[in-house]
Amino acid sequence: MGEATGIEIKNLYKIFGPNGKEMVQLVKDGMSKAELNEKYNHVLGLNDINISMPGGKIEVVMGLSGSGKSTLIRHINRLIDPTDGEVLYGNEDVCKMSQSELRAFRRHKTAMVFQKFALLPHRTVMKNTVYGLEIQGISAKEAEERASRWIARVGLEGFEDHYPNQLSGGMQQRVGLARALTNDADILLMDEAFSALDPLIRMDMQTVLLDLQEELHKTIVFITHDLDEALRLGDKIAILRDGAVIQQGSGQEIVLNPADEYIADFVKEVNRGRVILVDTVMDKTKTIEGGMTISSGIRLEEAAKTFADSGVGEASIVNGDGKPIGVLNVHDTIYAMVTPASH
Amino acid sequence: MRAMRQSIDGAFKDFTRAYGDAIESAFDPIKDFLIFLEHLLINSPWPIILAVLVGIVYLMSRNKTITIGSLVALCVIGYLGMWEDTMRTIAMVTVCTMMAIFLGIPLGILMARSDRVQSIVNPVLDLMQTMPSFVYLIPVVMIFGLGKVPGMIAVVIYAIPPMIRLTNLGIRLVDQDVLEAADAFGSNSWQKLTNVQLPLALPTIMAGVNQTIMMALAMVVVAALIGVKGLGQPVLNAIANQYLTMGVMNGLAIVAIAIIFDRATQAYGKRLQKHSEVIHG
Ligand SMILES: Nc1ncnc2c1ncn2[C@@H]1O[C@H](COP(=O)(O)OP(=O)(O)O)[C@@H](O)[C@H]1O
Ligand SMILES: [Mg+2]
Repeated sequence: MGEATGIEIKNLYKIFGPNGKEMVQLVKDGMSKAELNEKYNHVLGLNDINISMPGGKIEVVMGLSGSGKSTLIRHINRLIDPTDGEVLYGNEDVCKMSQSELRAFRRHKTAMVFQKFALLPHRTVMKNTVYGLEIQGISAKEAEERASRWIARVGLEGFEDHYPNQLSGGMQQRVGLARALTNDADILLMDEAFSALDPLIRMDMQTVLLDLQEELHKTIVFITHDLDEALRLGDKIAILRDGAVIQQGSGQEIVLNPADEYIADFVKEVNRGRVILVDTVMDKTKTIEGGMTISSGIRLEEAAKTFADSGVGEASIVNGDGKPIGVLNVHDTIYAMVTPASH
Repeated sequence: MRAMRQSIDGAFKDFTRAYGDAIESAFDPIKDFLIFLEHLLINSPWPIILAVLVGIVYLMSRNKTITIGSLVALCVIGYLGMWEDTMRTIAMVTVCTMMAIFLGIPLGILMARSDRVQSIVNPVLDLMQTMPSFVYLIPVVMIFGLGKVPGMIAVVIYAIPPMIRLTNLGIRLVDQDVLEAADAFGSNSWQKLTNVQLPLALPTIMAGVNQTIMMALAMVVVAALIGVKGLGQPVLNAIANQYLTMGVMNGLAIVAIAIIFDRATQAYGKRLQKHSEVIHG
């Protein structure tokens, strides 16, 4: 498998309403969502979105309900047409594709998982899973062979002949995931894919997704309104409000340096031990030889557990080659896990 | 006013004289099929036909009560000497229903695809459904005279509205999320129609088929007025001559096959629906 191509979103605007095109300039000149709605009766869906989604990584888009997340993800496979701007996949602008190019793009390059699963109720698990391949015109035999593999991979072996309404929500979404994976596409679009599931099942599905990603390295765009989910899954996170990106970066960057009060409020309740890396907290000016070692790149919570288990108060942080790059002590570890961000 | 009526009537008569035969011959293949089906039902040994009909009822309903009920009803009809008329009526209803399905479903699809078409067709259907059924017989008889073809046309026109309406409704009610998924996987509109819209609309479409059959049956009886043979004729006869028992018996035979058709198609529709309810969570 080659390196997955990233997605570049540039100056993207979406204004819902009959004269969206004419309103873009007003928005560019600084008109707010509320004002646009009040004066012109148009809804500002997306406001000057610029996100570079790296290939082979999980990009999370987070925001409250109505912030424009679904609108944004639907621009990547153009289920919604933009009012202005570009969505680049490699050198191609998705927004400029003809209808038939767009269909080919959707068939071969993208697959999507939906919040409400959107399975075909009259089809069995197997027939739902082969759906994308069937659309591509691949023979039933080959399609079912390929689908079986993914059905097994998401843990639904033996359920091939069940109908969606015979399955629990978690299992239905596994079908949704298997259907998307069977498409064998570079880009995986997930719109609040796990939001309808119970917390425990949701954690399960997150684990399934992370395991899969370790092996597949797809370009995944994952929408959520849940910060914990965003931090767990996202290599990169973009936060939306009123259709605009108000901060983007790694989970750690956002937790440590929230861009404004709104985000600070969001991150207040986060379990920082699961977000912040030992590398951020360690003393980089010192190294020690010998003693206990902790690998670079792990989270504080895990480091704290190592300290607790061993009873030692100080450890050497080592990189992949086993070379010491800093020192971490218990005090700093605990302190970083409980201190709210200062700014 | 009278002059206008006369001129319209005159023009219509001229039109009929010029094109009536041509139009009628266009219906020949359907007429041939109807005659073929009628002969098949009447001339084959009755136990075979009985077995086939009851078998079809069983296959559709998968229900013992409905199947046995049909068997008993058909036996009684045969015993009371109404077998031939019943077969004629069944043949006519079958052919008319098939025509209504073949014409109604595509029209319903067109209507579902375009709000404009819907806004044109809907008032026409309203008009068709409020018009007394006898009125359909007038222009049809003027063009084609008496007989099977005008009867068929009148029945189809009368019975087609629910087919069109419910196809349209069924497609419009298809879950938008599932349609969006079909789009996201790159379906073209034909693929969306055949993979998503028609299958999900099927239970509603079956309800349309059921209503169409009932209306066709009602109209086949009325069409006895213009020479359609079957259970309607003895009823008409009974009215004219005050044969009470004959009228009641034939009336009951009509009711019996109406119930058979209704239960069988409804049970079939229910079975189709088994997996269609979407359950989240
Ligand atoms: N088709 C539409 N027409 C008008 N307004 C819309 C449409 N779709 C979405 N919106 C508006 O755009 C905003 C963003 O919606 P959405 O992307 O669904 O938010 P989210 O997925 O983050 O909950 C909301 O204010 C919503 O009301
Ligand atoms: Mg949404």
